[in-house]
Order: sequence, then C-alpha cells, then structure tokens
Amino acid sequence: MKYLIALLVMGLLTNNFVLSKFYGICPFLGVSKKLNTAVGMSAAVIFVMLMSTAATYPINQLLIKNDLEYLQTVIFILVIAALVQMVEIVLKKFMKPLYNALGIYLPLITTNCAVLGVVLLNVDEGYTFVQSMVNSLGAGLGFMLAMVLFAGVRKKMENCDVPEFLKGLPITLVAASLVSLSFLGFGGIVEGMGLI
Amino acid sequence: MAEKKSLGKEFTKGLIKENPVLRLVLGTCPTLAVTTSVTNAIGMGVAATIVLVCSNIVISLLRKVIPSKVRIPAYIVVIAAFVTIVQMLVKAFVPALDTALGAFLPLIVVNCIILGRAEAFASKNTVLYSAVDGLGMGVGFTAALCMMGTVREILGAGTFLAGIQDLLVLFGDNVFGGWNGLDFNNALSTIGLQPITIFILPAGGFFVFGILMATANRIAEGRGKPKAELGCTSCPMAGHCNKNKDEKCEGTDKEATA
Repeated sequence: MKYLIALLVMGLLTNNFVLSKFYGICPFLGVSKKLNTAVGMSAAVIFVMLMSTAATYPINQLLIKNDLEYLQTVIFILVIAALVQMVEIVLKKFMKPLYNALGIYLPLITTNCAVLGVVLLNVDEGYTFVQSMVNSLGAGLGFMLAMVLFAGVRKKMENCDVPEFLKGLPITLVAASLVSLSFLGFGGIVEGMGLI
Repeated sequence: MAEKKSLGKEFTKGLIKENPVLRLVLGTCPTLAVTTSVTNAIGMGVAATIVLVCSNIVISLLRKVIPSKVRIPAYIVVIAAFVTIVQMLVKAFVPALDTALGAFLPLIVVNCIILGRAEAFASKNTVLYSAVDGLGMGVGFTAALCMMGTVREILGAGTFLAGIQDLLVLFGDNVFGGWNGLDFNNALSTIGLQPITIFILPAGGFFVFGILMATANRIAEGRGKPKAELGCTSCPMAGHCNKNKDEKCEGTDKEATA
C-alpha cells in the first residue's frame, strides 16, 4: 500500500510526467491556453491512460508467454488506437454528456506520447496490474496538474509585456521552464514521507 | 506539390527553411528529453532518421493502395514496424544508447515528425522524393537535437560528446584511438567554476529550447518569414479533423496560433 501511494506521489509531483519526463509536450504547449480546454484534455488523457493500461496488461502477459516481447510497440500502439476509436463510438452513442466534454480530444490522444509512454513504462518497470493502474493514474493526474497550473501561468502571461523576440512560443517555453523548476522543489518528498 | 522540384531543394528544406523542430515545431518531446548530451542527441536523431526514410519510402510506395479512410492506422503500423526493427538493432549493437534513450526509442512511433511527413509528403509524392524528404527532415531533426545537446551538455555537464564511444562501438573498438569526448570540468575547477547543472535538468531543457526557438524566429523574421507556431501542422491528427476543422481546432490548436 505504501508503495502504491509512493507511485502516485511520484507520478504527480517528483517525477511529473510532463515537467520532468517530457511526455506529452505537444498538448501541454498546444492546449493549455484556456483552463477549460486544459481540464478537458487532461481528463481525456487520464481516461485513455487507465483504459489502455487495463487493456495492454493482459495482452502483454500473453506476449511474454509466447516469447513475442518484440511486438510490444506495434501491438500497444494498435490497441491504443483501436481503443480510442471504440471509446469514442461508445461514448457518442451511450454517454452523450461525457462525449461532449471529452469527445473532441479523444482522436488527438492516439498519437499522444504520454499514453504509449506510460504503457511502455509499466512494462519496463515490471509493475503488477494494480501497480500499473496506480502508476497510470499518477501519471495522468500529474499531466492534469501540469496542464492546469500552466494554463494559469499563461493566463497571467497574456497581460505581460514580453520582449518582442520572445513573443509567441519562446516565452511559453521559458514559462514552462519556470514551472518545471518549481517542481524541482518536490524532490525527496517521497523519501521524506517515508514511503520508500 | 505538383510543380517540379529539384531533389536538392527537397533535401535542404528540411535543414533550415522547414526544420522540423525549430520551424514546424514537431517532435518536441524527444527534443527536450534526450538532449542532455550530444551523444544521445546524435543517437536519437540517427534512429529517427532511419525510421523516417524507411517509412516514407514504404508509405509512398503504398500511397495508391491504402484507402484514405484507414490511412492513419496503416501509417502507424508501417512506422511501428520500422521502429521495432530499429529498436532491436539498437538493443543488439548499441546497448548503451538503448539504456540512455529508454522509452523514447519505442516512442519514435508517435513522434509527430514521422506521422506528419507521412501525411503531408509521402502520401502525395513519388518514392525518390519521399526518401529525400525523409532524409532531409531527419538530418534537420538531428541537427536541431545536436544544437540543443551541445548547449545543454557544455553548460550543464561541462563536457562535449562525452561517451561518444558508446555510439562508435558500431564501427569497432577504440575508433579515433578511444577518444571519448572533451571534459572541461578540470579546466573549469582550476578557475573556480562549476558547470551549471540546471541546464541538464528538465527546466534547462525548456529554457534552452525557448531561447533556440527565439533565435530561429529572429533569423526567420529577418528573411520575412513568419514565426514558428504550434499549428495544425504540428498536430499529427490534423488529417483526421479536416472535416470539421474550425470546430475542432477552436479550443485547441487555433488558440495557440492566435
């Protein structure tokens, strides 16, 4: 149990998926301009991360059993792509409100490296099913935290007088650097709480 | 793409005019993640270039066979196959690189550059042009990674090309007399200085990328070109959302370009 909490805290703070591991930078920079889109996108990412972790875990066991580990990359990306399509169709048909909230982000997520990244990470680390799910949840929540924080930073930045040559993407990256810097402050929190 | 273009131009456009990282803003994740050293940057760049050239060739060959409705999954399968091949080769011949790049080696599958080029170029052009386009984009990607890597490694670790033998192991033991990069740490400490570790930390990655992007923008502006932006070109699913583009991109990418 302690280890599971440690995994969650690591994903959320110390090893934040976006700000210290650099997964999912494209949506982090592209969709973080407004708070509501940032929340919608990250909710969709958390959803797909959990679904694909749950789906790929048994498939991976099957691959290992048949000595087919080298097919992991191909199979995982296909499973994720198919899953995202399926989820989209199911949501559209049966859960209209949820579809309206998450739907537009779903197709964008297939090729989001955060989703494939977390699945591959779970496999590399040899996590059990529960550990994989918790790790994915931590990663997803970390993604959401980074997106929401950064949306706030960008909102403030709109009113700032930015030097001409930094306007646009460069100042966004410099701001991201500062947000990432602040996350360095969480270093050692897992050890400090006596979780590991 | 209908007008006649020279092969040379197709190659060089990827280097500067349409540099995938600094102009098209593609593949930002590996750009930030693996550039803590030049050695890793070269390794990542070469691996991605191989995948890019091979997948461009195959996708260009199949461009008349693949129905447009299922083209994205088809492209992903082709790309994933080549990534798996490269991954196995790297594991076998350059194991140190495999450890250094970690998950970012298999993640070449979802690298926007590769899917983006498949969608934007290889699916519309002949094999030779697609191969040259892939090579140019790959070299441009590698060059941008090396620029990032050079700045971050020299400032952050006080070394340059450290551990290059891990890559050169491909060509045999002790190439260049076992030269394993430069180390300025001793020279620095004699004048009482230390490398600025923050540059090899994640925060430094974002910062160096921002400054490089600003420099590239400045140069582009001097030539009357627009600034680099995160637009639909940098979204690998742009092909998917064409049907209701305005609706879909309103909250997402258009925001960033506005």
